[in-house]
Amino acid sequence: MAFTLSINGRARRVEDDGDTPLLWVLRDTLGLTGTKYGCGAAQCGACTVHLDGKPVRSCALPLGAVGAAQVTTIEAIEGPQAEALRDSWVARDVPQCGFCQSGQIMSALALLRMIPAPSDADIDQAMSGNICRCATYNRIRAAIHDAAASANAKSDRSAGA
Amino acid sequence: MRWRRPRTGPRRRRFGCLPILALLVAAIALLAAIALRPRALPDSEPLPSMRAPVQPVALRPASDFAAIADPMARSVALFKEAGHVIQHPRCLNCHPRSDRPTQTDAMRPHSPAVLRGNDGHGLATLRCTTCHQTQNSEASGVPGNPKWALAPADMAWQGKSLGEICRQLIDPARSHMTRAQLLHHMAHDELVGWAWHPGGRRTPAPGTQAEFGNLIQSWIETGARCPA
Repeated sequence: MAFTLSINGRARRVEDDGDTPLLWVLRDTLGLTGTKYGCGAAQCGACTVHLDGKPVRSCALPLGAVGAAQVTTIEAIEGPQAEALRDSWVARDVPQCGFCQSGQIMSALALLRMIPAPSDADIDQAMSGNICRCATYNRIRAAIHDAAASANAKSDRSAGA
Repeated sequence: MRWRRPRTGPRRRRFGCLPILALLVAAIALLAAIALRPRALPDSEPLPSMRAPVQPVALRPASDFAAIADPMARSVALFKEAGHVIQHPRCLNCHPRSDRPTQTDAMRPHSPAVLRGNDGHGLATLRCTTCHQTQNSEASGVPGNPKWALAPADMAWQGKSLGEICRQLIDPARSHMTRAQLLHHMAHDELVGWAWHPGGRRTPAPGTQAEFGNLIQSWIETGARCPA
């Protein structure tokens, strides 16, 4: 069956079974391999993408359920929070093996867009579905705090200018 | 100049490689013979519960209870039968005693650690819909339903006796439902109905939703009496 998906701002036509997980389509059909396959059972969060701005596990999202929703993958995130996250991830040297990190960043970005200055509890709750086998959780939390402070300082400066 | 001392005692016997090799081969052959000796097959055992095929469990129809003459006793008996559904893990998992749901037949805490949120659909930052879609996903094994949510905290069932659950159900302050609404929830709600079609290896609730609905209807008609 043919589906027209909106992925990273572009209309993409794919032919596949409606039960196929979106993750397979992103990686195998469209070559967007930044989104990772971790567990295939929505238990680890490595495959997190945004559906209309909200984080979803693409391994558990059937192609037929995507509809007209805007899909955003790690390849196309942008904006002040995304830039702040990228910078803080580098500054804190967050990744160890790195496999889970695109999912971590997608969840962290959705969190910062919803709660610009999250508490430790906000971070722990929002990120609890993203597993890191290298246990970089403390660096992830610190980097999210850094990114929040940096993005908020930037927006304060532009508001004051 | 050194002279070799002439050998005085009996000559020491020397072993070459071949006898040692022969001994090794014999030992290996002996071990193989012991390991491969004919043995009786182990007795068959039931599959561990994780791998056993799901066996549907029947629910006694409401008509089975017509022989109970006392309406009060009939009402209690009907509710006890309905209790096989109400206290089934498929139902209890979403009626937790805390803000965190449980999962599987063992009713272990939900992984990942999700919380109820204001509307029962999860916290704003980690909604149920992050993983649960409108239908069961065969590829990932994640269950789904359009109304996937936790029951309100007032409707917590875990850790309560069937009698306590019963009294909670008929208390409007805690059930937030009239008896007609309660009957509709039990007999027709699609999220409740998921319990009979859970997909994967999940054990469905006993009987069918229609049979369960009939039990609840008969229980209400006989005065909605509760077990002790």
